Amino acid sequence: MSRLANGGLIDRDISRPFTFDGQAYTAHPGDTLASALLAQDVRLMGRSFKYHRPRGVLTAGSEEPNALMEIGVGAARTPNTRATTQEVYAGLVAQSQNCFPSLKTDFLAVNDLLAPFLGAGFYYKTFMWPKAFWEKLYEPIIRRAAGLGRLSGEPDQTLYQKAHAHCDLLVIGAGPAGLMAASVAAKGGAKVILADEDFILGGRLNSEDCEINGQSGQSWAAKAVAELKDMPNVTVMARTTITGAYDGGTYGALERVADHIAQPNGAPTQIFWRIVTKRAILASGAHERPIAFPNNDRPGIMLASALRTYVTRFGVTPGHRIAVFTNNDDGWRTVRDLQAAGVSVIALIDTRPEVTPDVDCPVYTGAKVVNTAGRRGVERLSLRKANGALQQVNADCLAVSGGWNPALHLSSHMGGRPEWRANIAAFVPKPGAIPNLVAVGAANGAFSTHAALSDGMIAAKSVLKDLGLKQVRPKLPLAEDAPIQITPFWHVSGEKGRAWLDFQNDVTVKDIKTAHAENFRSVEHMKRYTTLGMATDQGKLSNMGALAIMAELTGQSIPKVGTTIFRPPYTPVHMGALGAGGAGKGFQPERFPPAHDFMAEKTPHMIEAGLWYRPAYYPQNPAHHWRDSCDREVNMVRSSVGVCDVTTLGKIDVQGADAAEFLDRVYTNMISTLKPGRVRYALMLREDGFVLDDGTVARLVADHFVITTTTGAAGAVLSHLEFCAQCLWAELDVQIISVTEQWAQYAVAGPQSRALLADLLDTDISDAAIPYMGWMDITLGGIKGRLFRISFSGELAYEIALPARFGDALMRELDARAKAMGGGLYGLEALNVLRIEKGFLTHAEMDGRVVAADLGMSGMLSGKKDFIGKIASQRAGLIDPMREQLVGIRPIGVVRQLLGGSIMVDVGADATRENVQGYISSACYSPTLGGMIAMAFVKGGRTRIGAQIRAVDLVRDLDTLCEIVPVQFHDPEGGKLRG
Amino acid sequence: MRIPCPHCGERDSREFEYLGSAKLLARPVTGAAEFHDYIHIRENPAGPNAELWQHIFGCRAWLHVVRDTVTHEVQTVTLAREKAGVNP
Repeated sequence: MSRLANGGLIDRDISRPFTFDGQAYTAHPGDTLASALLAQDVRLMGRSFKYHRPRGVLTAGSEEPNALMEIGVGAARTPNTRATTQEVYAGLVAQSQNCFPSLKTDFLAVNDLLAPFLGAGFYYKTFMWPKAFWEKLYEPIIRRAAGLGRLSGEPDQTLYQKAHAHCDLLVIGAGPAGLMAASVAAKGGAKVILADEDFILGGRLNSEDCEINGQSGQSWAAKAVAELKDMPNVTVMARTTITGAYDGGTYGALERVADHIAQPNGAPTQIFWRIVTKRAILASGAHERPIAFPNNDRPGIMLASALRTYVTRFGVTPGHRIAVFTNNDDGWRTVRDLQAAGVSVIALIDTRPEVTPDVDCPVYTGAKVVNTAGRRGVERLSLRKANGALQQVNADCLAVSGGWNPALHLSSHMGGRPEWRANIAAFVPKPGAIPNLVAVGAANGAFSTHAALSDGMIAAKSVLKDLGLKQVRPKLPLAEDAPIQITPFWHVSGEKGRAWLDFQNDVTVKDIKTAHAENFRSVEHMKRYTTLGMATDQGKLSNMGALAIMAELTGQSIPKVGTTIFRPPYTPVHMGALGAGGAGKGFQPERFPPAHDFMAEKTPHMIEAGLWYRPAYYPQNPAHHWRDSCDREVNMVRSSVGVCDVTTLGKIDVQGADAAEFLDRVYTNMISTLKPGRVRYALMLREDGFVLDDGTVARLVADHFVITTTTGAAGAVLSHLEFCAQCLWAELDVQIISVTEQWAQYAVAGPQSRALLADLLDTDISDAAIPYMGWMDITLGGIKGRLFRISFSGELAYEIALPARFGDALMRELDARAKAMGGGLYGLEALNVLRIEKGFLTHAEMDGRVVAADLGMSGMLSGKKDFIGKIASQRAGLIDPMREQLVGIRPIGVVRQLLGGSIMVDVGADATRENVQGYISSACYSPTLGGMIAMAFVKGGRTRIGAQIRAVDLVRDLDTLCEIVPVQFHDPEGGKLRG
Repeated sequence: MRIPCPHCGERDSREFEYLGSAKLLARPVTGAAEFHDYIHIRENPAGPNAELWQHIFGCRAWLHVVRDTVTHEVQTVTLAREKAGVNP
């Protein structure tokens, strides 16, 4: 056991069982999966991406590149989870990934022997020939060999949520700088959100043997957090990663609500927050960076800061004979902290020759680690001492300290390039890179605790002043203020063996040299050629080392070489969390008309129309083909009476003294001449001359109209009318509002429709009382409604409208009455057949590419007024008589099918692109005419009536000889609908 | 991105729908060439750009928004009604 006898922010009284690769272990509350495994002497935690090298933990935080695991079972299995951040709940199941058959014996470790062939850009060079093998052979093999965890392949049942929050100040990170900033701002009355990715707040204070105001760092942090939690104007969000910085003071945040709980009991697992803040303070700390030396990736080799975290925060020592390799004074502190915790340190190796470390252990200055050995973990080190001699050290754990990089990632999210600061040999955030965000403490390169506290205080005071809040005079707590002493040392050169830079993507120093030799020298080229920094950790640990090596190779300074920038998210975010609420029906909500339940009782067959659901047909016998129902419903409307829900059509109420003038300008035909009590069919164009929509306009009184739109275009037409009213002609007195949801409306169509409605309404609805294209007020059971005499079927027909809440009752009544007369309900399929038989339009014809002339509607373009689209519709290309024009199509002889989308080709011509004469927009079987019919667009079609043409469907292998006919198949004179 | 709607206050950009250049406010009276320019010809400035947005999930007002295309900073927001017919 490697659990120390004392110390750590863990509850030793409670033990929670969990498994890793089937083996049972236990953890204490406060442990991470990584600390619990280390406490039980598990060092091997993963296999690397490409070479399948055995790997252990390198860090103690979210920057971990190695210890990635699959957590959970079945659909809930989550790959690539960092063992260094995952808390252990009772019964947690963890599995290693990217290894077969097991973590200890991984067959693909053979890749490591093939490493000379698998370096940077290997697939560009090695798998060139034969060309066809790439897609079928090489790539599948490479894809299978490479990679990280596996997805479950099952639908994600995890409950995610999204939420919004607003504040004056967002403090990112709850280390000494963040706690100080939040506390000062809160005391000044600012509304503060303090977010930290960790589950215990305090940042490095929990990991270091340090003092603030004479208390331990751990207890100062705990007290500060408790104080903040008690303040009503502060929201403390633990387990919350600020994932991205966006425009307008918006930040993305992922709160892991229940990832650490065995039974969430209905709580969402994760919440994706959008936090909008006036000011932000970036107190995200810093990441320690490794030093590259041969075989620096063995389990047991980790960052010095991580080692201190395991010892101080978790009471675990990952080794019993520890060596420390450093280029800065932080390494000395590691030795002292470890010894204070009773852990044996057997060597301090400092790359700097001139220093005199103040530690009590064997010291090698001017020395470097040149190799490591050990099976599945480090057992020995080789040092090259200052005099050039080699020495073996039998260390079972090596702490590496290469200096610190500010965790400046968020500052790059809007394109800001970090700036180089020579005295700490690191990049710092560019001031102003994110508007209203300021970086403090270690995130801004000020690494001492004193500097963190002081920075945080100053930044918070400045926020209070900016926002005009109360000024406070806080006292700065006392803390250490050690100056930075670092001599940059990035990698051990001139020794044999591969030295790792990017542990997650398996990129070595040699790969950077290859990129340089092959002239991929710009940082952006180097990154993509070697894949350095392109793994899920975005190169948090590796970027700096690679830049330094490229600088060395090109003879430039690091700032001259430059740096790539970081993009959101800071750490990986589940797609499910980003898309919370947007899966399934959340992506496409359902709209139901008032009589939906009634219709759903009658038929399970619904068609989506936009977000609406409309009945397709009403089967009388489940065994029947849909066409049987459709034909029956069509015949019913043509011979007796049918009822169809048309509530989903857009209905827009237009009022105002200038309403008629306004409608004259948006429709092509004249509306102002329409008399109250009358209805007119009308056409609307886009400003570029193409048809936008059609519908009816009913004039209720002089200054009050109700217009209809097609179901699909209702939203677009409303926005268009609002644009015209507000942006073009603000001087007109006109008000526009959608009333689609206020009215339930039903078509009653067929020769018996008048009899049905006259009896229902007990009113005179004769042709004299309500002629074709007229409307009237009605009262039904005391409820006021409207009756329109309009027809989309070509039969005598009405549409009856009542307030939406009476829709269900009305439709039941209409159905019962229709049935008694030998009629009944009809659905969208029959509605479509009825309108094709009449040559009426839908958006299958008005598809955004047609002008009025194509539809044979030039006559509707009024010459007496201006209207939207008038000028553009007269462009030469749009009035060309050889444009594709709407015609009817009937097959000659016996045919299988005529299908929408078929191309029209002349008799004898090849069915090739250059011979295409047009296409079928709508087709159906017409029970009225006893055969297939279609509407089609054909070049110069109206001059070709009577000519023969072929309808060809290359996909479904149809080639049908047809005749071009007028587009009105049924009752072209319109006697029936006027009857 | 945040847009301060004159009616509703500052709101997330997802409540709004973008149309395009505020040039659309100045519809020509006549002329094929004028309409060609009005419909098709657009500046593509790197910097402040006058645009039309509609607050579709709010008050449905059309807004004249001056937005910096480089920084996404929203500089001014006016009801389009107040600028109707004005060429920006």
